[in-house]
Amino acid sequence: MNVLEIRGLGVDYLSGSGAVHAVSGVSLDLRRGEILGLAGESGSGKSTLANAVARLLRPPASITSGSVVYRRQDGSAVDVLALGGNELRAFRWKELAVVFQSAMNSLNPVITVGAQIDDVLRVHAPRMSRNERTERSVELLQRVGISADRRRSYPHELSGGMRQRAAIAIALALNPEIIIMDEPTTALDVVVQRDILAEIRALREEYGFAVVFITHDLSLLMEISDRIAIMYAGRVVETGTAEALHRAPRHPYTLGLLRSFPRLRGPREELLGIPGVPPDLRSPPPGCAFHPRCAMAVAECSESLPVLRAEADGEVACLLDDGRGVS
Amino acid sequence: MSILEGRNLTKHFTAARGPRGRFGKRPPVRAVEDVSIALRAGSVTALVGESGCGKSTVARLLAQVYPVTSGEVLLRGEPVRAHRGAAFKEYRRQVQLIFQDPFASLNPFHRVRYHLARPLRLHGHARSDAEEREQVAELLERVSLTPVEQFMDKMPHELSGGQRQRVAIARALAVRPIALIADEPVSMLDVSIRLGVLRLLEGLARENGLALLYITHDIASARYFAEDITVMYAGRLIESGPSEELTQSPRHPYTRLLLESAPDPDRVAPPAGERHGEPPSLIDPPGGCRFHPRCPVALPVCSTEVPGRTELGEGRWTHCWQAGAALSR
Ligand SMILES: Nc1ncnc2c1ncn2[C@@H]1O[C@H](COP(=O)(O)OP(=O)(O)OP(=O)(O)O)[C@@H](O)[C@H]1O
Ligand SMILES: Nc1ncnc2c1ncn2[C@@H]1O[C@H](COP(=O)(O)OP(=O)(O)O)[C@@H](O)[C@H]1O
Ligand code: SF4
Ligand code: SF4
Ligand SMILES: [Mg+2]
Ligand SMILES: [Mg+2]
Repeated sequence: MNVLEIRGLGVDYLSGSGAVHAVSGVSLDLRRGEILGLAGESGSGKSTLANAVARLLRPPASITSGSVVYRRQDGSAVDVLALGGNELRAFRWKELAVVFQSAMNSLNPVITVGAQIDDVLRVHAPRMSRNERTERSVELLQRVGISADRRRSYPHELSGGMRQRAAIAIALALNPEIIIMDEPTTALDVVVQRDILAEIRALREEYGFAVVFITHDLSLLMEISDRIAIMYAGRVVETGTAEALHRAPRHPYTLGLLRSFPRLRGPREELLGIPGVPPDLRSPPPGCAFHPRCAMAVAECSESLPVLRAEADGEVACLLDDGRGVS
Repeated sequence: MSILEGRNLTKHFTAARGPRGRFGKRPPVRAVEDVSIALRAGSVTALVGESGCGKSTVARLLAQVYPVTSGEVLLRGEPVRAHRGAAFKEYRRQVQLIFQDPFASLNPFHRVRYHLARPLRLHGHARSDAEEREQVAELLERVSLTPVEQFMDKMPHELSGGQRQRVAIARALAVRPIALIADEPVSMLDVSIRLGVLRLLEGLARENGLALLYITHDIASARYFAEDITVMYAGRLIESGPSEELTQSPRHPYTRLLLESAPDPDRVAPPAGERHGEPPSLIDPPGGCRFHPRCPVALPVCSTEVPGRTELGEGRWTHCWQAGAALSR
């Protein structure tokens, strides 16, 4: 029931002052039809991981280890990292699509949004007639809340929220199994953001695609995700259902993130925050990379690298974990 | 008495680009309309609103970065117009600004020491090298950049975003201002680092009697760090009151929508599928109440007449034709 399996993935950015280990030994499953939230501080490797899976990495980035396997509905497996040329282009629209933070990165500024959907369909679904393509464009735009007459608008004529909706419509064009969304709503008003999140969930119900939703805003992920993976310094340190992570976070970093958010309701709980700053990924701290900031660290934490261990309803990489959660 | 006050501030920008209107003139951007806000000594006041609603414009009007279209700015009750020259320098000594982007606000070619020493010298607080050194150290101490000897000689690129923002705050403090305007000071920082910077600002207000305007789009952080919150929508103020009361029982329909929409880690339920429309263009904003096209409880009068201020008691007020109905709720 996995649609994507990432195993031991490593990505470095090569630079004059040493390699930046942006992603290290990441193993992560994406289940068919689920919304998987990916959270972590700036620079923790979220976008790098997403771009590796979508095969969008460019030099100086290089994949140093690991594999990414895509599983079709019929059970056949595709080695994503080995795809080339036409195979890759087809994979990227029909099986997996990407929506970026700035819709401007997903949209072509000099082509109307209707024509952009039409282009994707013409190239990747050559058997569709012109009329069918137009019909489908209208349907897709309407589905994300853009009226048909907006088909002839250029991206700059649309508001930020509408542009993001249009980018989602294009991603949906060929009914992919996976949509990767990298901070798709970060630049938007909270009200518009919330409407779009609701839209994404509704579309997921209808079409059954799986979503990797990336953001540094854990409170937002709690609402939209089925499952959440937390990254720190290039590694996945905890995974679990949104509900379990909220109720009983197991990794001290997850707890720190959760206690950094001011709450809108209930008593004004004391905010703990996380002391210090994320590490330099050219030379991450030995052992558990979080140890210089961890209030629970013991001597061993600076020596042994904690591995991601399976628990009842998730995984955690902490030497102290006893399966009961931290508090 | 309020330290810094804006009365009926209005700012229209003439758009540099965009379509020309009927008479060949470009229509103005009505960025800020009739905004009044007052800052008290030792207190944090929050100005909350979404991107593009005019918050930064209010900040710049208060800071005298550019002139008002109409309205006035008062410092300790005295009207000021100080956009250049000695008057501006004197004004800047009393009212300081902190910006959103900690990467753009420091000169990349100068060490931390220089950024702090310059205002100290310029405003005559440090007369000798020894005094300068002592005061730079003291400023770094105040913003918790310790050990100070280490931070003094760092270049901006050697600092993290949170540390840069602390340097920017220290620099603002160097001139010993009485009012500080912080425009989204933590929006570009990581969640885990925000807290420290906000606590620092809060401490400066409480302990040193600074009047602080905290501008943010994050109403939850305003609940924690400000005594009072004023909410802005599409260039106008819509509601104001003590933070706890305003966030726990909002009176204006837009404040309610904002609170319902804000991400909340305790709300594990998925969002409901409603459409609320988008904020209006400020070139041709809706007449009457600017929120009326999106308002679930709009009345016919809402699209024609701007609602005046309704006092709700206990320091609260709102601009809404339904304020009476809201009162009885
Ligand atoms: N082109 C590049 N060259 C060198 N280093 C890079 C490059 N792109 C990213 N990095 C580094 O890789 C690490 C991971 O970056 P990445 O963009 O994946 O983080 P992220 O989690 O998406 O952060 P954010 O929340 O800020 O988007 C960081 O240390 C970053 O500085
Ligand atoms: N110098 C300027 N010239 C023209 N329009 C401007 C200028 N500064 C701001 N605006 C416009 O004024 C409105 C309010 O902007 P701003 O005060 O920056 O909002 P906020 O800080 O709340 O995001 C926006 O529509 C913006 O595009
Ligand atoms: S392994 Fe040690 S340092 Fe790392 S999170 Fe667990 S307790 Fe903290
Ligand atoms: S004045 Fe009218 S439109 Fe505006 S918020 Fe109140 S009820 Fe809604
Ligand atoms: Mg990123
Ligand atoms: Mg602004």
